[in-house]
Amino acid sequence: MTTPLLEIEDLHARVADKEIIKGFNLTINEGEVHAIMGPNGAGKSTLSNVICGKPGYEITSGSIRFKGKDLTKMSAEDRAREGIFLCMQYPVEIPGVAVTTFLKHSINAVRKYHNLPELDTMEFVKMVREEGKKLGIDNEMIKRPVNVGFSGGEKKRLETLQMNILKPSFAILDEADSGLDVDALKVVAEGMNALRDGKRSMLIITHYQRLLEYVVPDFVHVYADGHIVKSGDKTLAAEIEKDGYAEYTRER
Amino acid sequence: MNSQKPEIIDESGDKYKYGFVTDIAADSAPKGLNEDIIRFISQKKGEPDWLLEFRLKAYEFWKTMKEPTWAKLNYDKIDYQDLSYYSAPKQKVAPKSLDEVDPELLQTYEKLGIPLKEQEVLAGVVAVDAVFDSVSVATTYRQKLAEQGIIFCSISEAVKEHPDLVKQYLGSVVPYTDNFFACLNSAVFTDGSFVYIPKGVRCPMELSTYFRINAKNTGQFERTLIVADDESYVSYLEGCTAPQRDENQLHAAIVEIVVNKNAEVKYSTVQNWYPGDKDGKGGVYNFVTKRAACRGENSKVSWTQVETGSAVTWKYPSCVLQGDNSSGEFYSVAITNNHQQADTGTKMIHIGKNTSSKIISKGISAGFSNQTYRGLVRVAPKADNARNYSQCDSLLIGSHCGSHTVPYVENRNKTAKLEHEATTSKISDEQLFYCQQRGIGEEEAVSLIVNGFCKEVMQHLPMEFAIEAAKLINISLEGSFG
Repeated sequence: MTTPLLEIEDLHARVADKEIIKGFNLTINEGEVHAIMGPNGAGKSTLSNVICGKPGYEITSGSIRFKGKDLTKMSAEDRAREGIFLCMQYPVEIPGVAVTTFLKHSINAVRKYHNLPELDTMEFVKMVREEGKKLGIDNEMIKRPVNVGFSGGEKKRLETLQMNILKPSFAILDEADSGLDVDALKVVAEGMNALRDGKRSMLIITHYQRLLEYVVPDFVHVYADGHIVKSGDKTLAAEIEKDGYAEYTRER
Repeated sequence: MNSQKPEIIDESGDKYKYGFVTDIAADSAPKGLNEDIIRFISQKKGEPDWLLEFRLKAYEFWKTMKEPTWAKLNYDKIDYQDLSYYSAPKQKVAPKSLDEVDPELLQTYEKLGIPLKEQEVLAGVVAVDAVFDSVSVATTYRQKLAEQGIIFCSISEAVKEHPDLVKQYLGSVVPYTDNFFACLNSAVFTDGSFVYIPKGVRCPMELSTYFRINAKNTGQFERTLIVADDESYVSYLEGCTAPQRDENQLHAAIVEIVVNKNAEVKYSTVQNWYPGDKDGKGGVYNFVTKRAACRGENSKVSWTQVETGSAVTWKYPSCVLQGDNSSGEFYSVAITNNHQQADTGTKMIHIGKNTSSKIISKGISAGFSNQTYRGLVRVAPKADNARNYSQCDSLLIGSHCGSHTVPYVENRNKTAKLEHEATTSKISDEQLFYCQQRGIGEEEAVSLIVNGFCKEVMQHLPMEFAIEAAKLINISLEGSFG
């Protein structure tokens, strides 16, 4: 019994006038963890941005459906409220806005979308503290402005904290070309694993296989020149680690 | 009797919620400015001769002055002969208590959200001196303050009841020769607030004045005088709203503050006068001279302002640091949208030894608006070890607005330490997307980011004021993005 969560069909998308995604197909069912691997510059980050509705990307043809709904017609915030979470590679700084303030706006915006009442302050604080504790986030850190002066590890922790609080049904981990700080990554991996419950799904976008040792995928896809060129199970990741991407990029 | 919202607001769907006009027969002076008008004002107010002389001297001097043009502001020439300089709600005797106040006036204040009724005031722990056009209508909570020797009343009353204090301090910080608008104010000022905090007294509550310009074509020229005697403390709040009108309304106020030895004054302003419509039609011209003199040792003054209103703002709250070890602070958030223009900043004049000053200015420009930070830090030859820290940050929303920073520094003492930092930034698409990706809608995201940008200033406002100010910022920026 498989229920599709995310269905992408023959997707074409461009940034400015450059077509980056060219005929991309992928279906992710509930509970599945997929990994997309590809060489630098293949457009891996574009894919996650297009799924999340970042302005500046234009879908020229094809479709993206999430829980059966047409995603392409939704604003970025509505996609997030529907349960798509993008764990960002380089989360941006927001000066003057405390982490707690940001989290509160975020969770209440999502709750409002689902006709739930605003979270009571006491409940909220308790939840943030509990989830924070699991990630080694202390009360001092959540008072600081969002990502301002955070180390790479702290940024990853904060992304994970947000993910664990929002409990999305679909999480995308974008580590397309980051310099992979293993310790920081372990934190995120643990956070992701904690969310794996046979129902939530995940998409991991990475350049290296290393990350997949921590979050073991059910499926691995090789992405080159705007579409998937090969799919397999986790052994495919190991192959790529050994042989590199040359074989796939040569096809062009 | 009924004061209704003019239809214009509903039709245009305009956001300015204070745009109602109170229908009260007003006792106004004819248009124009001359000696007779000044005598008329003085006589209406039953003023002593010395004050009339002060006004006439100012008027004589004003006639020799030219309207300043150095500010980066563009506005139609003001015809000073086409304004009425006095407008008072018609009422035979001055009200003795709230019961005697015209209920329609009270309704107006209710719409403004001023807790005028004494019990409400009790709950809010705020004493309000409300200035309705030119006459101060009701002063609440005065009794309780009087017990501690604190004087909080309209300046016209103060002229009658505390003439020595007024005579001693009026014009001592901002002389009538100071500038064109201050000089005009000195000649024609109608009302305002007077505060005196005696030696050693900490004022137990925030003192608050709401200004409101109501009558059509009336310039409002209030004058506020605050005197904090040795070892005293007071926090003063000023809030402003004006009804929506197509003509530009002139507002030229003076605020003078005297701070004696070891005393401290906090002056907070939230200014949301009618900014004009989307096309830049109408709105208040706001030409204000605000200055504090830190006369005593260890005296301290702090200006905090949130400016979201007015079509044109010309305002530089200043600190004259005369006493040794005295300090001045200026925290400012200025927001301009649509076609608003603001030329605002501060002056820190270091005269005494070991004086220090701090300037935190946050300017947010949106729409087609233009904003200039203009500041002066001056260190006199004898001001050993003077210190100043200035930080001027500008945030631009959209690509049709402008932001300019003009910091003047004049240092005549080599022991001075002066620091200046300035940044200009835009709300980035990355920041917006980050918020949206976490479920926060665009408008809410902009307001969150802007409030974060202003935080350093907002935290200096008294709590209740800060909440109101945050709401105002959101209202001012509605629809400015996207």
